[in-house]
Amino acid sequence: MPLEGSQLGWRYADGPWLFNDFSIALNPGEVVGLVGPSGSGKTSLGRLLSGYMKPITGKVILSGDELHKGSCHPVQMIFQHPERAVNPRWRLSKTVTEGWSPDEALLEALGIQKHWLQRYPNELSGGELQRCCIARALGPETKFLIADEMTTMLDAITQAQIWHTMLDIVHTRQIGLLVISHDHALVNKICGRTVNFA
Amino acid sequence: MPLLEVNKLSISFVQYVKGSVQQRITVVDELDFAINEGEIVAVVGASGSGKSLLAHAIMGILPKNVETTGSILYGGELLDEKLLRRHRGREIALVPQSISFLDPLMRVGKQLHTRADGEVQDKERDSLFERFQLGKHVARLFPFQLSGGMARKVLVSTAALGRTRLIIADEPTPGMHPDDVAEALGRFKQLAEGGCAVLFITHDIEAALRIADKVAVFYAGEAIELAAADDFKGQGERLRHPYTKALWRALPQNGFEPITGTQPARSSDVQGCLFAARCSSYAEDCKTKRPESREVRGGMVRCLHAT
Repeated sequence: MPLEGSQLGWRYADGPWLFNDFSIALNPGEVVGLVGPSGSGKTSLGRLLSGYMKPITGKVILSGDELHKGSCHPVQMIFQHPERAVNPRWRLSKTVTEGWSPDEALLEALGIQKHWLQRYPNELSGGELQRCCIARALGPETKFLIADEMTTMLDAITQAQIWHTMLDIVHTRQIGLLVISHDHALVNKICGRTVNFA
Repeated sequence: MPLLEVNKLSISFVQYVKGSVQQRITVVDELDFAINEGEIVAVVGASGSGKSLLAHAIMGILPKNVETTGSILYGGELLDEKLLRRHRGREIALVPQSISFLDPLMRVGKQLHTRADGEVQDKERDSLFERFQLGKHVARLFPFQLSGGMARKVLVSTAALGRTRLIIADEPTPGMHPDDVAEALGRFKQLAEGGCAVLFITHDIEAALRIADKVAVFYAGEAIELAAADDFKGQGERLRHPYTKALWRALPQNGFEPITGTQPARSSDVQGCLFAARCSSYAEDCKTKRPESREVRGGMVRCLHAT
């Protein structure tokens, strides 16, 4: 069943509408790119789709159902700034396992080294943190992923490694993936289709 | 004489492992680096290779549990806490990697204004905001009200012409729209033409090549290659270090093919070349001998077999 955002609208306080009457659908196993100028509301759209915020107008429908019940949300978001998506006072081992316990194979595929888990977030680089955030988001109940500038802080080799792993996983598990990015070369390379957000 | 000279800089974290047992992790090992006035040096390389730590070491803002050895010279003088106090935020500007470097309780316009700024700098900043299409209201916003891309644009506006002599830009462009990236790059170019030294730390190699004179490549806390921007062409035949070649070929537009493995976490765990375990042109002596930096074809490389 697809993840659908139907006639979504969002704005902050009394500001102008960031987007209004915007509809998007994401099928399982599909990789879709989302590009658009900064400040146009791409991240806000991601937050609506993954249930962090409720849309002001329109609705988000998953498997024909509007409301999500249960502990793990099937739509997981990976944020642009990993250092702001983890608890600074927790060792990474606690952060990575807060939703589920990733197996060794996944940790290795993502290039996460064991001893990173003993450190605090300010002792890891942005790229190392982001890999931990990805592992955290890939729990067994995850059906859709919103990757918001997921690899912009990574070097090209790590970026290619992570996307190859990610694409393998979403393909095998038929996870729908929305790639929010400014990197047109990357979006063209990995996405089946691209949505222009303006 | 270079404006900034980093000699044999080592950075280690001191960590508590269990109870009062301490452990020391060396993350940057004997790093040498220099930059001249009016020069743009891009620093690229593996995530976690110590690029940001170099920036923070220069600015004197490393966390407390860090020990450093080696020296940093600024204009020939040792850049110690006293000299830093005089220059930080005035002659030496940092464009930080993350918005979390901003004061969350202060409007961004006020944060960008430093004590050394006069009317000229303020006016210039206004026009910069305009070029970035940030709008007048943005200066009145608090950091949490900015989107990722907007935050970058605000951070890039921290350096100002006529006051800044050295800019350390730590990943200033990710999450920015291509038009804004071009605008930010133009800004750095303009500052460099005004005699400013620009240290441009980035993963966006393509952006770096558009303005940089030289590119320094970092791996596992070492500068492994210093190449001219022109060397990054085609399949990377003119590049010297196997890691640099692999990095170039992993770009989405150049094949998107990653090599396997990760960089060693602690350089002390490895006796020979830090890249040996992942290297395509690995030879027996790489395992035992740590390569010294040497000159190859007008650039610098730390590899026993580079030609």
